[in-house]
Amino acid sequence: MPFTEGQELPELTTTPDRYLTVRYAGASGDFNPIHIDEQFAQQVGLPGRILHGLWTMAQVARAQTEAAGGPQALRRLQVQFRGMGVPEQEITVRSTVRELRDGNALVDTRAEQGGKAIIRNAEAELSLD
Amino acid sequence: MPLNTQAIGKSFPPVTYAVGREKVREYAQAVGETHPVYLDVDAAREAGYADVVAPPMFAAVYSAPAIGPALFDEEVAIDFARMVHGGQEFRWGPLVVAGDEVTTTATLKDISERGPMAFYVFETVSTNSQDETVCVGTWTNIVRGE
Repeated sequence: MPFTEGQELPELTTTPDRYLTVRYAGASGDFNPIHIDEQFAQQVGLPGRILHGLWTMAQVARAQTEAAGGPQALRRLQVQFRGMGVPEQEITVRSTVRELRDGNALVDTRAEQGGKAIIRNAEAELSLD
Repeated sequence: MPLNTQAIGKSFPPVTYAVGREKVREYAQAVGETHPVYLDVDAAREAGYADVVAPPMFAAVYSAPAIGPALFDEEVAIDFARMVHGGQEFRWGPLVVAGDEVTTTATLKDISERGPMAFYVFETVSTNSQDETVCVGTWTNIVRGE
């Protein structure tokens, strides 16, 4: 897919359902109770169960591979996790092509939930081949 | 207390992960992937792959058995109650497909301090059975001060 500098990639929206963190725990092997046990999460000072950061990062990755037409295009993805994602609230991933360089598109991207960034300063590198 | 940085450079034993077809599908569904190359063997083969393709972020799954023991290492001595996953980078090589065996080695690259926070940076290098590097991960964990 040809990209141009300044181009906005298609926005990705997704709402993790109530049991998403349980399915992701099983799929990934990360059973940290802050993601799957409401009472435990509250006991350690969280508002409730929070999303796995790497699941949220996978949404940012999916926004890139869907825009580029497949998994082979994603060469690199770098993110900073901020705040906490929670189940049952819509997440939006927005991505803008910052620069075309050496056959790759460098894309600025972020994930927001409830108006707050949960992944910020993220950069993806997509192959233009 | 000054930060103990003696463990910088420490490498951990390589761990081999066998990529299973149903595991790839389970993972793809959990992260909302719908592209048929992740889910359907025939579609994957038609696209030129030997079996279903692991979504790039499946790197978090095949790297986990290597990064886990590194995080819990006694010499590294991370205070888990205060740790958060601050940042992550993956750089990908050739795609991983079901049937591959991926071997990952974790190394502690850096420990540094910024104000009341300590930063522990690990690197994982994952290779397939053809000795191609399929993913290099940089894992930044932040431990908040007391």
